[in-house]
Amino acid sequence: MSDKVIMLGNEAIARGAYEAGVKVSAAYPGTPSTEISENIVKYKEIYSEWSPNEKVAMEVAIGASISGVRALASMKHVGVNVASDPLYTVSYIGANGGLVLAAADDPGLYSSQNEQDTRAVARAAKVPVLEPSDSSEAKEFTKIAFELSERYDTPVIIRLTTRLSHSQGLVELQDRNEIPDKPYVKDIAKNVMMPGNAVKRHLYVEDRENKMAVDGCSMTINKAEYNDKKIGIITAGIPYQYVKEALPEASVLKLGMVNPLPRKLIEEFAAKVETLYIVEELDPIIEEQVKSWGIAATGKEIFTVQGEYSANLLRKAILKQELDIEPAAAAPMRPPILCPGCPHRSTFHVLNKLKIHAAGDIGCYTLGAVAPLSVIDTTICMGASISSLHGIEKAKGKEFIKDWVAVIGDSTFMHTGINSLINAVYNQGTGTTLILDNSTTGMTGHQDNAVTGKTLMGETVPAIDLTTLCKALGIKNVITVDAFDTAKLEAVIREEVARDEISVVIVKAPCVLLDKKAVTTQYKIDTAVCTKCGMCMKPGCPAITRKADKSVLINDTMCNGCGLCAQICKFGAIKRIEAK
Amino acid sequence: MTTKNIMIVGVGGQGTLLTSRILGGITIHAGYDVKLSEVHGMAQRGGSVVTFVRYGEKVAEPIVEEGQADVLIAFERLEALRYAHYLKKDGVLICNDQRIDPMPVVIGAAAYPENILETLQSKHKVIAIDAMNIAKELGNARTFNIVVLGVAAQHMDFSKEDWLTVIEKLVPTKTIEINKKAFETGFALQSAEAERR
Repeated sequence: MSDKVIMLGNEAIARGAYEAGVKVSAAYPGTPSTEISENIVKYKEIYSEWSPNEKVAMEVAIGASISGVRALASMKHVGVNVASDPLYTVSYIGANGGLVLAAADDPGLYSSQNEQDTRAVARAAKVPVLEPSDSSEAKEFTKIAFELSERYDTPVIIRLTTRLSHSQGLVELQDRNEIPDKPYVKDIAKNVMMPGNAVKRHLYVEDRENKMAVDGCSMTINKAEYNDKKIGIITAGIPYQYVKEALPEASVLKLGMVNPLPRKLIEEFAAKVETLYIVEELDPIIEEQVKSWGIAATGKEIFTVQGEYSANLLRKAILKQELDIEPAAAAPMRPPILCPGCPHRSTFHVLNKLKIHAAGDIGCYTLGAVAPLSVIDTTICMGASISSLHGIEKAKGKEFIKDWVAVIGDSTFMHTGINSLINAVYNQGTGTTLILDNSTTGMTGHQDNAVTGKTLMGETVPAIDLTTLCKALGIKNVITVDAFDTAKLEAVIREEVARDEISVVIVKAPCVLLDKKAVTTQYKIDTAVCTKCGMCMKPGCPAITRKADKSVLINDTMCNGCGLCAQICKFGAIKRIEAK
Repeated sequence: MTTKNIMIVGVGGQGTLLTSRILGGITIHAGYDVKLSEVHGMAQRGGSVVTFVRYGEKVAEPIVEEGQADVLIAFERLEALRYAHYLKKDGVLICNDQRIDPMPVVIGAAAYPENILETLQSKHKVIAIDAMNIAKELGNARTFNIVVLGVAAQHMDFSKEDWLTVIEKLVPTKTIEINKKAFETGFALQSAEAERR
């Protein structure tokens, strides 16, 4: 079978896993990695799941590997932090069935809270890293990663970036290679990492790194493309494409394996070219190693550690070209916003009215930080809302947090928020947590989780009940409120923040995008009654706009009929109508 | 042939991904190498979104850079203004004549620029269309992006039949007929008529 199809980088990773005979896949959704699992689930030969967080996903994949089958874990760069505990140690354990972690970095911060470089984690954990430069390589490198994992008894990371994950390119499909399961063998020297065993495995890890650095010099995925030798460039991943675009005449050493580095190959290349440049997005991982070997090279002196690269950036920095580019026009920014009909808007409108500070978390509701809602004071990482509020309380006293809440989504609560809540109960915190339960993992495009009652593979399972769970921790005050019942929500929040006890308010309403067919009503301004006071504009609904004469209009192609504006209007000027 | 560069810009949720998928589909149908680059995640929540499509004999980078776009398809006026400098000197802008206020404008922190199309017309070839109304008349406002694509298709090298074949393959079964009708309407719009808007 040979057929070329167009695939997202992430889709190609999934295809590569399928062709490599993978049997188990586990992940937690996170842009830009989410579509890996969303495509893996299409292959019925693979068991795939959404785990509650990346550490769990990594451990599920490790278990599958120890048992003797090929397994994949996938996550975004910051998810690798959550998974780093098992990752650092599985580097010692190695792999029985091939074990691959697909980790997607986000240069340019399209949808992340930081711009960290997974290669730095991989170096510290001493795990080899492959870096593809288009969809076709994404598939091929995934297959190679599984082979290397088994050959060198190591987990292998495939490093992606947003541009690779979310670009489409042509991929040639091949059949699945049905790898026979390896037998499970009890081997405590290898699989039980207590000090006496780990000290020996550490020796193995060091040997493995040295061996792979040598073997890497003859791997076909590391290749020197000699051309004009005045300029030589070492590069990998997506930046390789920018190099080919901007400097088609230059000699290029394209690294498919970026950790460990094939030192001999690099030294040989460096000796043959006049001026050596190192082109890598984010941190100078390759550059610092190469320079430490005494090789003269230019890198971050003329490039940047931030954002994405481009061919134009290389034309300017290396070729010193003056590009004839018209400057960008001055245009007001268009930041992302909560959708029309989003239940979070209703919640934040109430919090804003009560002048409450919120320790925030990671999800669509992070957008509650921006005007006009302006409620969120902090956003750090998954699960940090509840624990950071607890820290504020312990530092400043319980009176200080009488106008504070923690806000966290259902999926993020199950991810790591639950640990923070356990801590607050155990250490006698009195904070109020709002679990914004919209029945989905919203920002990443609607994935199920343990409270939705559905799995990645579409099975209906018992949903974990948030009220029962919170009560089981010993929390007495657990109240559920409809997100759009603003009067009740306001009363409940007033009461709970004032209380000298810990409380959880489950603010419930499904994400409006989950079922657009459920939108049966819309709202319309009755211009005869409207006083043009502008109160309905306060929550910042994108469906409501104001004309120059101050009159207000609800856009019927955008209104999702939540009715928040009608609740706010004191004059009854916003009327409910049947949806178009 | 030299690589052809197409961009689609708009507001998250306007359907740029479906349009780019059809564009990708037609280039493969015609036997070209192609790369597409999209924005997923946070920006799709009402933010400014951009999709790049590049096709030719062999395509390296997946993005279109400033000053390189042959065709810029804009689903909203302010987004046309934001990305117009990506156009080549002889590139063409196809703009859906719709205004969606970004939050800084809604809350009064910024003003929506006046006369965007006139400003752009002084520098570029601009074709503006009221695709939303055309699509509403056809019976489904949501197909406005396919009407726009139909107009843009007049500036690309593929036959109407090929476009319709690809649309049939890539849109949800229930919407095949309405999407084909939307495309054909856009494809048949005379430029003069389109420019008059």
